[in-house]
Amino acid sequence: MKLDTTGLESALPLFGANCQMVDGFTAAPAFDLPTTLDFDGFQKEAIQMVKPAKGTTTLAFIFKEGVMVAADSRASMGGYISSQSVKKIIEINPYMLGTMAGGAADCQFWHRNLGIKVCRLHELANKRRISVTGASKLLANILYSYRGMGLSVGTMIAGWDETGPGLYYVDSEGGRLKGPRFSVGSGSPYAYGVLDSGYRYDMSIEEAAELARRAIYHATFRDGASGGVASVYHVGPNGWKKLSGDDVGELHYKYYPVTPSTVEQEMVEVSGA
Amino acid sequence: MSRFSPYDNNGGSCVAIAGADYCVIASDTRMSTGYNILTRDHSKIYKLADKCILASSGFQADMKALQKLLAARHLIYQHQHNKQMSCPAMGQLLSNTLYYKRFFPYYTFNVLGGLDNEGKGCVYTYDAVGSYERVGYSAQGSGSVLIMPFLDNQLKSPSPLLLPAQDAVTPLSQSEAIDLVKTCFASATERDIHTVSSRVLFLPKYMVYLMFFFLLPVMPSLGNVENVAF
Repeated sequence: MKLDTTGLESALPLFGANCQMVDGFTAAPAFDLPTTLDFDGFQKEAIQMVKPAKGTTTLAFIFKEGVMVAADSRASMGGYISSQSVKKIIEINPYMLGTMAGGAADCQFWHRNLGIKVCRLHELANKRRISVTGASKLLANILYSYRGMGLSVGTMIAGWDETGPGLYYVDSEGGRLKGPRFSVGSGSPYAYGVLDSGYRYDMSIEEAAELARRAIYHATFRDGASGGVASVYHVGPNGWKKLSGDDVGELHYKYYPVTPSTVEQEMVEVSGA
Repeated sequence: MSRFSPYDNNGGSCVAIAGADYCVIASDTRMSTGYNILTRDHSKIYKLADKCILASSGFQADMKALQKLLAARHLIYQHQHNKQMSCPAMGQLLSNTLYYKRFFPYYTFNVLGGLDNEGKGCVYTYDAVGSYERVGYSAQGSGSVLIMPFLDNQLKSPSPLLLPAQDAVTPLSQSEAIDLVKTCFASATERDIHTVSSRVLFLPKYMVYLMFFFLLPVMPSLGNVENVAF
């Protein structure tokens, strides 16, 4: 069986090429580049305009029953919260998830490209699903070819394939790591604290979901750039399933309910004269 | 020596609110550069399809280029598929179009509003390079930091990420939503130099049976908000 290797071709943008959108079937998009002598300086200025939404907490870990993936939903532009309802867990296909950290548009676009062009074309050409290893490798290669051009992507690819659960961390520097537990974003130190101390390989799905939820909650509690809704997904042998989406403000009062303190002295209204 | 910058910010604000069976999209009409007003009569709203309207603030030259590109793509789509593009489809097309200029972005902050395939109001909000999400309401532009907190307070749309899912569209009636939008612009005008509310264009969308009304030119009156039905 001859494997389809078009996905491995270099995705380098063609200088001076026109936008190939009308064609619609090219595997790698060709980007218009500005005609300037100082590309890096221009990118530095241009990126100020976009102010990519950084500040996030995402985490994923492998355990006995599969992969648990969780994220917050806040997007910030500098000090302004631009959205409290950003989908940071991207559904690449029914059995693979990607998390978003870094530039929102970069993550959204490349995950969408991964799901539609890379993964689906692979399935159609090879008559079987792409593995998590393969998908993460292809994404890492694509991001590596844009290295130095200012993309900001810190993502985890989580899925279930023939070899079982898979979890990879991929970033825009071209790094790719395989591991059992990852957390990415400005709130990740806080999430790691809760995640690492509470982690056991043989947890049930409910216990793992609660651990993930608590880790995100604690990160949003201490990190100003994380907040919104804590979403928890589980990836099992039959694909992913969204387990919960809870507002972190409500989670706070669930974990630390307000207990009415005993009243020692009470002021009452005295009727006049 | 200051380098040539290909960008400029022409100011202004855009707002969109999604309802159960309608969508209200509004923008102000001032176009400025720095402290100068270029015109008081420039609409930032553009109709892309029957059920899909784009409002953009930011750099108006990029906005024009973006509108032309999307209109052309829509025409090709109509020829190929013999139907109009739905709002969610246009939403993704706009996102990809913006991202294709990732290294030389369109300096536009867009809000796309319309009716989805089920006839419910839908609003998509974008950043300059194409990251987008479907929301119940949105404001973009120079007045957005003033308008968004007000809309958060009045509409308090539940996040679409919550599980069990809650409807993000507002329960307000269309006329209430229009009044709310008028109030938004009145407030933003108080504190944002680039936004005025002497004339605000609305495009309320009903369901399929909306007939086109001709654009009614309305005399702008001082500080008052007029609406032009489309």
